[in-house]
Amino acid sequence: MRALKGVSFELMPGEVHALLGENGAGKSTLIKVITGAHAPDEGVLTIGEEQLRSLTPAHARALGIACIYQQPALFPDLTVAENIGLRLKKPAPFSVVKRAAQREKAIELLKRVGAEISPDAEVHELSMPEQQLVEIACALGSGARIVIMDEPTASLTQKEQHLLFGVVRDLRANGVGVVYISHRLEEIFALADRVTVLRDGESVGTHAVKDLTESAMIKLMVGREVATLYPPAESEPGEVVLSLRGITCAEGGVHGVDLEVRAGEILGMAGLVGAGRTELARVLFGITPADSGEIHLKGEKVSIATPRDAISQGIAYVPEDRRRHGVILEMPIAHNITMAVHPVLFPGTWLRKKRESEMAKDFIRDLGIKAYGPEAPGGNLSGGNQQKVSVSRWLATKPKLLILDEPTQGVDVGAKSEIHRIIRELAKEGLAVLMISSDLPEVLGMSDRIAVMRGGTVTAVLPGGADAHDVMSAALGQNGKEVA
Amino acid sequence: MMRKYSREFTVAGALALLFISLGIFAPNFYEAQPLLSRFTSQMPALVAAIGITLVIITRQIDISIGAQFSMCAVVAGIVAAAGMPLGVAVLAAIGTGIVMGAFNGLLVAWLGLPSIVVTLATMVTWNEALRLWQQGRLMPLPDGIQWFGISQAAGQGIVIGASVTLLLAFAWAMKNLATGRYVYATGTDAEAARLAGINPKLTTFGVFVLMGALAGIAAVLNMVQSPQVQPNAGDGLELKVIAAAVVGGVAITGGRGNLWGVLLGLLLLANVNPALTHFHQPPYWERAIQGLVILLAVVADGLRRGKK
Repeated sequence: MRALKGVSFELMPGEVHALLGENGAGKSTLIKVITGAHAPDEGVLTIGEEQLRSLTPAHARALGIACIYQQPALFPDLTVAENIGLRLKKPAPFSVVKRAAQREKAIELLKRVGAEISPDAEVHELSMPEQQLVEIACALGSGARIVIMDEPTASLTQKEQHLLFGVVRDLRANGVGVVYISHRLEEIFALADRVTVLRDGESVGTHAVKDLTESAMIKLMVGREVATLYPPAESEPGEVVLSLRGITCAEGGVHGVDLEVRAGEILGMAGLVGAGRTELARVLFGITPADSGEIHLKGEKVSIATPRDAISQGIAYVPEDRRRHGVILEMPIAHNITMAVHPVLFPGTWLRKKRESEMAKDFIRDLGIKAYGPEAPGGNLSGGNQQKVSVSRWLATKPKLLILDEPTQGVDVGAKSEIHRIIRELAKEGLAVLMISSDLPEVLGMSDRIAVMRGGTVTAVLPGGADAHDVMSAALGQNGKEVA
Repeated sequence: MMRKYSREFTVAGALALLFISLGIFAPNFYEAQPLLSRFTSQMPALVAAIGITLVIITRQIDISIGAQFSMCAVVAGIVAAAGMPLGVAVLAAIGTGIVMGAFNGLLVAWLGLPSIVVTLATMVTWNEALRLWQQGRLMPLPDGIQWFGISQAAGQGIVIGASVTLLLAFAWAMKNLATGRYVYATGTDAEAARLAGINPKLTTFGVFVLMGALAGIAAVLNMVQSPQVQPNAGDGLELKVIAAAVVGGVAITGGRGNLWGVLLGLLLLANVNPALTHFHQPPYWERAIQGLVILLAVVADGLRRGKK
């Protein structure tokens, strides 16, 4: 798998150049190449006069490339001035820090980005947008010629956004080239001169923003036919298994979610990263319980405060990051599979090794897990097989509702279609499936219905055969709805 | 099998080498009575090591184990000196241990405080409290406590029997009870365990409580070997048992290790001193050699992790 294929990208001084694409289109990889975090296999980077095969992070900084990430990378226990001082130039190991000069420089830079921040404040006291401004001040101070901003407005309020836009325009006026990544089309129209659209690691073209409409931009991002490799739905959905009314969870940023999932149905959940899909799953599974709203399972109102509650109510959750929270790599497959069913399988806390091993063997056979036996450690398996073990653990609980979070992320193509077949098979047997996926073709191909989330709530529910363009529009907020 | 238990086999090999060379070059190491006494005197540490092993597998640490041991010994001694039957003294020691373990457990599991800091604080607190309270006095015990009031050989039998029974019981439970698996799961990945419906906080708390109870039992098994109670009987115990666990292959990062390895580690470290004596070497080397063994074990872990 290549993350980037023959991408050309050009940035002029005094230009704001937007980078647009779906999740996984290759934007982050391109940024990593530019900042020197990844070396490209082929191709040339030209920065000013210099032609290079690849960069190191230190070299990129020396050339005046600065990147402002969504999560600022500052030292929380140092003051603003100390942070800026550290970034400006690498001090000699035993040089004496010139505090006064450092402070003065910080005041000047903060003024340039229009931030009303004390240079003596410690960074952990600052809000997220203030920290971003400090990052930009650092970039300016280090004489950056190229500033990359990765979704800088994601956590900003309206007012802070305007402040930031002003800073970006200032940078442009001073001849700095800005690479601007955002999912919010209206920002791109407000700020950018040109836009390059990436799709599946390839550039689909660079256009002047004033030549494009929103709809044309979305078409460029999506623009592909959905493959017909997905197993077809064969059964009619049955009774409503899960019904949500006004689910709100401030901690997870989820608010007012209404949703229904039926037995035998695959409900696909589309949306951009950060739209609140995983957060909703975490609410349903009791990891961050809802503040308000009602959860009904098979018509009965239930309260779910812990994962234990969720399991006993028949909810299963295969989490997104199977390496972190799914399969325990050090444990044998058998232990992993039985982990959530101990009270049922082993009444009275006594382990029954034979029953455990038989159960594991059944799943290894049924799901086609490639391993030498139930005793094989989870860490020895490929990504696809680990995912099958993770799914097995939850099928063992005989759930009514199966929540899958990015079920095929990072698995190879063969395993992917096998997992798709298993999911369809489970739905056919009457399980209600809620499938979160950032892989648009997967959502379109697998789902009987598609719920789209944006900004922590469900913005649209579309039929299974929906158009990619419509799903993307709802995810981006272009469906006639106001833009937050 | 060989690879999974490579550490246990290595330690067993080193121990066998030591015992064989002692057999060849210093056969009087195997004289029955001194051998039995040396073995018996290690039993309290073995029982304490069971506790610390559980704690470390849960990815925690308890350096207050020695202080708990001293405190339990003094409480048991007071109860015994007051003329109560030995059974009451045993219960008092276990109860004291449970209270101290629960205190550590509450702070670590529910307040989420780092166990190294919590148990450092409780270690100093219990030790200083003992110093103020007992002023370092040796507490003479009434007759009928040492060796349970029976012959020394029978008493040694009881001490060894009780310790080995505990070792067998815990080794079995860690493998065959669901609770044992929760301990490993919590130590490997507490969040993954929670997502699978396990309660990692309760598991952590429970392990600290067990640690306290085992420190109490260990204190009694130590007390019956002498005619008096020392208020600092547990000094240095934490180093001894943590070292035994590390040498025995318990990963300090949690989730890995078993009690058989710990038994081997303890026997290896404990026999450095007698072996030096029998080889007619100055005993000053004991600490240095023990340190070297621990260092080798840690380096082996580092190399193995690096290879992955």
